[in-house]
Amino acid sequence: MMMSPLSTRPPSEDGPRAPTEPLLQTVGLTKHFPIGGLLSHHQLHAADGVDLVIRGREIVALVGESGSGKSTLARLLAMIYRPTRGEIRFRGRSLATLRSRRDVLEYRGRVPMVFQDPYSSLNPVFRVSHGIMRAIKLHRPDLSGGGRRAEAERVLRLVGLAPPADFLDKFPHELSGGQRQRIGFAQALASRPLLILADEPVSMLDVSIRIGLLNLMAELREREQLSLLYITHDIASARYVADRLLVMYAGHIVEQGGTEEVLQQPRHPYTQLLLAAAPDPMAEIGVSSWAELGEPPRVVDPGPGCRFRWRCPRAEAVCSSIDPELRSVDGGAGIHLAACHVAARQPPASPLPDARTAGQAPPTAGAAGRG
Amino acid sequence: MQPAPPILEVRDLCVEYATAGRPVGAVDHVSLDLGAGEFLAIVGESGCGKSTLLFAIARLLSPPARVVAGAVRFKGRDMLGMSERDLREVRWREFSVVMQSAMNALNPVMTIGAQLGDAMTAHARLSARAVQDRSREVLRLIGIDPIHLRAYPHQLSGGMRQRAMIAMALLFTPDLVIMDEPTSAVDVVAQRSLMVQIKELQQQLGFAVLFVTHDMSLVSHFSDRLAVMYAGQVVEVGATRTLFAAPQHPYTRGLMAAFPSIRGARQSLRGIPGTPPDLGDAPPGCRFHPRCPSMMDRCRSDPPVLAPVSQALVRCHLYDDDVPPQH
Repeated sequence: MMMSPLSTRPPSEDGPRAPTEPLLQTVGLTKHFPIGGLLSHHQLHAADGVDLVIRGREIVALVGESGSGKSTLARLLAMIYRPTRGEIRFRGRSLATLRSRRDVLEYRGRVPMVFQDPYSSLNPVFRVSHGIMRAIKLHRPDLSGGGRRAEAERVLRLVGLAPPADFLDKFPHELSGGQRQRIGFAQALASRPLLILADEPVSMLDVSIRIGLLNLMAELREREQLSLLYITHDIASARYVADRLLVMYAGHIVEQGGTEEVLQQPRHPYTQLLLAAAPDPMAEIGVSSWAELGEPPRVVDPGPGCRFRWRCPRAEAVCSSIDPELRSVDGGAGIHLAACHVAARQPPASPLPDARTAGQAPPTAGAAGRG
Repeated sequence: MQPAPPILEVRDLCVEYATAGRPVGAVDHVSLDLGAGEFLAIVGESGCGKSTLLFAIARLLSPPARVVAGAVRFKGRDMLGMSERDLREVRWREFSVVMQSAMNALNPVMTIGAQLGDAMTAHARLSARAVQDRSREVLRLIGIDPIHLRAYPHQLSGGMRQRAMIAMALLFTPDLVIMDEPTSAVDVVAQRSLMVQIKELQQQLGFAVLFVTHDMSLVSHFSDRLAVMYAGQVVEVGATRTLFAAPQHPYTRGLMAAFPSIRGARQSLRGIPGTPPDLGDAPPGCRFHPRCPSMMDRCRSDPPVLAPVSQALVRCHLYDDDVPPQH
């Protein structure tokens, strides 16, 4: 399916890859931002030591609250930010070795980004065709004029905008939010990507429209054989589309694993908190006092120790001195990992229903929940 | 639960936006009652008129929007005919408004304490001491350490700013608090704890809440009743739990089927095809018919009316034959 004339250093084949081979991998990826005045030495730790792997044809969801560093991570992967430390490898090659403009352009075509706000990510003075044709011209110099037009129509059809010829001539203001976001995906598809970085692509859309976009993401994976990194704060929508889930808190990945496994047996207390806080009309009525432990993460000069310990009902002495590392919590299979000193010691915890009521446990919090 | 006598009655309210072409009807014959101490949520997508409705009730509309018909009675008084001076007596003391974005609603160059004081002295004559005491009291009520009276908005987290806004709305212990998506700018965890707190305060202090949101699931455990709006009209009203258990209007059903859940089997969802109509050019007949999976011939031409269906009010031709011709 992917038969593009890639590239500087392609791996031997371009067909569907074996499930073990990482398409994109980060090793100790770290981004610090200096904050404060000129003489300040304070550092905001937006992402710290992130190791992640995205394989071919995989939808990975990165879930976390705002300020957790998930958008920073996406921008690092999109080469918008330069890492403070650590490495990003795309098909085995470190991005630090991409020197020429052509190599960088090639990478950006292979790993494009779709942004959150479809109202500000499209230029209002240009027709829809502008952005798409531009991506095609830039990334597909092999195509003739007619080929470009055909390709533009193909990507519009792929994102469900038909008849494509009508949409090419429209201005963004003539489109609904959902249609605009589809244009965002069409632009990304125009460069024949292998991985689309989608940063909260549905959070600005109306609820009746969101599911359509999530379905589109799943279809694109099937039809175009590509991978997606779906960044969201909505754990239910992550469950809907993703094969694997990464949970991020204060710059760290605190839990990862197969979507269902993480949701059924969340091991990190933060994941449990996120699940308890997710609005769920189908749940029994009952309000847990977990949610009262609302203290935003401390990411400026955080120092050692678990960054969730201030909110954590299970924190122990060790949590304030030693950074917990991601460790296998599935009996050594190494697919479900959590960065928690306490979880690492314990056998797999209770499934979801108990995890939700576990919220009554913490001894802190003044206003206790009503049963 | 027997509803208390309404403190707010909205009757056939119509709001239009004047435009270069014909006026756009953003709120079309909306009637609602809100009992004392009741929590009513108004749910709908962007552009359905829900915020315009709130603004009209609170007398906060500004041109080009204006009320063209209908009545709003608050505690027996005619809100729409009230002079600005009378309005100042009622506003904040008897009803208050919490806006969507605390970052924009709070003054960035004034401390929280100064803003609370400002709101109080604008609506009552109070000694500096009384202002100080009451400010501390409301902050404690909402779970903010009064030490933050000296903090500027940017020094607080999003959740705390939104709490400070709610504290401000409770300064005079009003009978009605109107909230326009007060939790949309904060995270899931903060959102949840804010909802719990609003509910607890409401039960403790006994004020009624009119709560606008686009997210039905958010209010599913908190509101007593739910009104679903589509294209300027109320399409379904009923008790929240009943409505979730048995939604009647195809739009309500579609909305509910649009949420993936974190529990149960993973199932494929469809959402609602199409997009909400442009209110300047609303479809004839039922405004939802172009997107409706149960559309019938008459839906294209006859506008349905809001009529009782089991325990709810529903605006849909599907139930035309079910309506018993009683009273």
